[in-house]
Amino acid sequence: MKRLTTSEYIRLPWFKKILYKIGCFFVAFGLYFARFGSTIAHGVTVFFKGVGRELSDIVTTFVKGSWITRVSYVIMGFGNIVRGQIMRGLLFLVFEAVFISYMITTGFGWIAKMKTLGTEASRQVYDPVLDVYVSEAADNSFFILLYGLLSIIFCIAFIWAWRENVRQNRISEELLKRGKKLQSASRDLKELVDEKFYKTLLALPMAGIVIFMVLPIVFMIFIAFTNYDAQHNGYSVLFQWVGLENFKNLFSDASGTNLGYTFTHILGWTLVWAFFATFTNYFLGIVVAMMINKKGIKLKKMWRGILVLTIAIPQFVSLMYVSKLFSKNGLINGFLMRLGVIDWPIEFWENSTYARILVILINIWIGIPYLMLIATGILMNIPADLYESARIDGANSFQQFRKITLPYMLFVTGPYLLTSFIGNINNFNVIYLLTSGGAVTNPKYTVMGTSASDTDLLITWLFNITTGSTTNYKLAAVIAIMIFVVVSLISVIAYNAMPSNKNEEDFQ
Amino acid sequence: MSKNKRHMGLKAKTTLGNTIIYIILTLMSIIWLIPFVCIVFESFRLENTGQVGYLIPEKWGFDNYKVLFTGDADKTVQFMTWYKNTFIIALVSSIIHTFIVLCTSYTLSRMRFKARRPLMNIMLILGMFPGFITMIVLYTVLSKIGFTGEGSVPGLILVYTASAAMGYYVSKGFFDTVPRSLDEAARVDGATRAQVLFRITLPMAKPIVIYQILTAFMAPWGDFIFAKYITHGTSAGMTVAVGMQNLITKSNTSAHYTHFCAAGVVVAIPITILFMFLQKYYVEGVTGGAVKG
Repeated sequence: MKRLTTSEYIRLPWFKKILYKIGCFFVAFGLYFARFGSTIAHGVTVFFKGVGRELSDIVTTFVKGSWITRVSYVIMGFGNIVRGQIMRGLLFLVFEAVFISYMITTGFGWIAKMKTLGTEASRQVYDPVLDVYVSEAADNSFFILLYGLLSIIFCIAFIWAWRENVRQNRISEELLKRGKKLQSASRDLKELVDEKFYKTLLALPMAGIVIFMVLPIVFMIFIAFTNYDAQHNGYSVLFQWVGLENFKNLFSDASGTNLGYTFTHILGWTLVWAFFATFTNYFLGIVVAMMINKKGIKLKKMWRGILVLTIAIPQFVSLMYVSKLFSKNGLINGFLMRLGVIDWPIEFWENSTYARILVILINIWIGIPYLMLIATGILMNIPADLYESARIDGANSFQQFRKITLPYMLFVTGPYLLTSFIGNINNFNVIYLLTSGGAVTNPKYTVMGTSASDTDLLITWLFNITTGSTTNYKLAAVIAIMIFVVVSLISVIAYNAMPSNKNEEDFQ
Repeated sequence: MSKNKRHMGLKAKTTLGNTIIYIILTLMSIIWLIPFVCIVFESFRLENTGQVGYLIPEKWGFDNYKVLFTGDADKTVQFMTWYKNTFIIALVSSIIHTFIVLCTSYTLSRMRFKARRPLMNIMLILGMFPGFITMIVLYTVLSKIGFTGEGSVPGLILVYTASAAMGYYVSKGFFDTVPRSLDEAARVDGATRAQVLFRITLPMAKPIVIYQILTAFMAPWGDFIFAKYITHGTSAGMTVAVGMQNLITKSNTSAHYTHFCAAGVVVAIPITILFMFLQKYYVEGVTGGAVKG
C-alpha cells in the first residue's frame, strides 16, 4: 500500500480516509507480527548462544584450573574454603548436602512418578481392629505434581548454584594469579547494604512472587494438560496427562462437551463488556470533569466532593445494595408499580438483555467518580492558549473537545486506558456482586456439569467452576490460559499503537 | 445595534449552557447519592426484615444495628467476628504490603542491575494471568496447614501480601520523579545505598507511603474473590464482604435484608471518614498512577 503524505490524505473524501486508515492498520498489524516472529527467533538464538558460552566456559575453567578448582566441581565450595572465603564456601557446601540428601530420599521419587501421575488410587480398606473403613495410603496425583514441580525447581536452583560455584573458582584463581586479595566475608555483608543493596531489598518480594505466583501458575499450566476434575479428583480416581485434548475441545464441539460454544460466547460478551465498560466510563468521566471545570460554574468543590464521597464508600456495599434495588421485589420495581408504570415487576436480572445493559449502566455509576478525578488533574494541565486560539479561529466547543481535549487526554492516559480495559476483562466484583443474586443460567452454557449465565465473564465462569459443587480444574486452567492469551494479545497490540510509548529513562 | 444583539446572544447562550450543566450536575448528584440515602432509611426499618417495595419505614428503630453487635438466633449474622477478621487482615496486610511495594519500586526505580529488565518483564507477563487461578493449588496447600475456613485470617493475609510486589507501578512512578542527583550527592559524601534510602528518599516519599497504606488497607474490605473461596462458607472465618453477601443470598434475604443494610452503613462510616482525611494522598496517587501508567 502506498503511503500518502499529509496533504494528500487531507484531500481524500471522507470514506477514502476511513479506508486508508483501515489499510494502514492492517499493514501495521502485519508488520507487527513479522517483527514479533523475528524477535522470537532472535531470542532463541541469543538463548542458545548463551548456553553454549556457559558450557565452553565451564569446560575451559576445568581444563585450565588448578586441582582445587577441579575438586570444587564435585565438592561445591571446596575452592572457597581452601582459599579462605569460609562463609561462602560453607554456604555452597551446605546447599549441596541438603540438595543431595533431599533428592536421594524423596526428590527423585516424585520426579519419576510425574510421568504417570501415580498408578495406585487409594482404596477404602476395612480395618478389623478399629471397625471402620480407612483409606489405604496410595498415590495422590495432586501432590505428585506439586512435589515433582518443587523438586524440579530445586534442581534448577542447584544447577544455578553449581554454575556460580564454578564461576567463583575461576575469578578467585585469576585474582590470586594477579596477586590480589579475595573479598572478605565482612566485605560481602557490607555489599548487601551498599552496591548489592538491591539483593537485600528484593529478597522478600521475589520470594513471595515465586512461591505465590510463579509456582501456582506453572502448576496451573500443567493442570491444563491433565484431566483433573470432579471425576478425577487425584486420590480416589487419579488424574493423568491428556496432552492437548482440553485445548482441542475448546475449538471444536465434536467431543459433545459444548465447551467450544460456551467459551466463544462468553469470550465475546467479555470483550463487549470490557469495551463498553472502559469507554463509556472514560468519555463520560471526561465530560463530567469538563462540566465541573467549566468557567462560570459555581460550587465546584461541592460537585466534586459529592462524587468523591461515593468512592469512599466500599464498592462491595454499593454494588450489593444496587443489585438488590433492582431485584424483583426491590425498591425500583416497587416504586414503578406504585406510579402505575408497570403492573408486574420487571425482571432486571433474570432477563439477560436487561441484565447486560444494567451491568454496564451501573458500572458507569461506579466508575465516573474515578475518571472525573483523573480527568480533572489532566485537564488543568492543557495549556489554555490552545483553546484561546481555537476560539479565535472559530472552533465551537464540540470541535475544541474533539481536536484538543480528546487527543491530549488520549496521549496522556493511553497506558491507563489499556490497564483499565484489562481490568474490566477480569472485573469480577462488578459482575459477580451484581448478578449472582438473580442471574438465570443459560441452558446452552452447560459444560460437563457446570453452568454459566449470559452476564458471566470468563473470570466469573472460572470462579464458578473452581468453587462450585462440580469442580472442573482442568477447564479452569484452560480458561485462565485463554484469558492470558487474550490479555497479552490486546496489550501487545495496544502498546505498540500507543503514542505515549516512550523510553522510561526519558522522564528521569 | 447588531453588535449589541450578538453580544446579548452570546451571553444568553452561556447562561443557557450553564443552566443545563447545573441541571445535569444536580440530577447526577441525586443519582449518585440516592442509593446511600435509601440504604440508611432501610436500615432503620423494623416492620419487615426482608425487601419491601417502599422506602420510608412504618416503624423506626435501631434493632437492626443491635443485631449486628449481639448476633442473631440462628448465627447467620456474626458481624462483630467478620469486622474483627477484616480489620486484622487489613491492618497487618497494609503494613506488609506497603513494605514490599516500597522495596520493589525503590529498587526498580533507582538501581541498575543485570536482572532488572527481565524481572520487570516477568512481572508484566505474570500480571496477565488472572490472579485467582493461583488458588487451584494455594487453596489445597493452605487448607492442609489450616489456613482456610475458620483459620482464614492468616491465610488471607498471606494471599493479599505475598505477591504485593506486582503492584509496584504507581510508586515506581513516584520514585522516578525524585531527582537522582540527590542520591548521587549523598553517595559522593560516602553514604551507602541503604543510608540513601532511609535518610533521604523515604522522608520525601510520605505521600506515596500514605497512598500505599491507604489502598492496601482498603483492599481487604472490598476483595471478594479470594475471601469467598478461602473462607468457604465458614461463618466464623468470613470477612465483612463475604459475610454481608451471605446475608442477601436467595435463602437468607427475607430474614436478613435490613441487617445487611445496617451492616453496610456501619462498614461505610469508618472507611469514609478515614478516606476523607487522607483524600489528598489518594487523589495524588490515582491521578499520578494514571498518567505514568
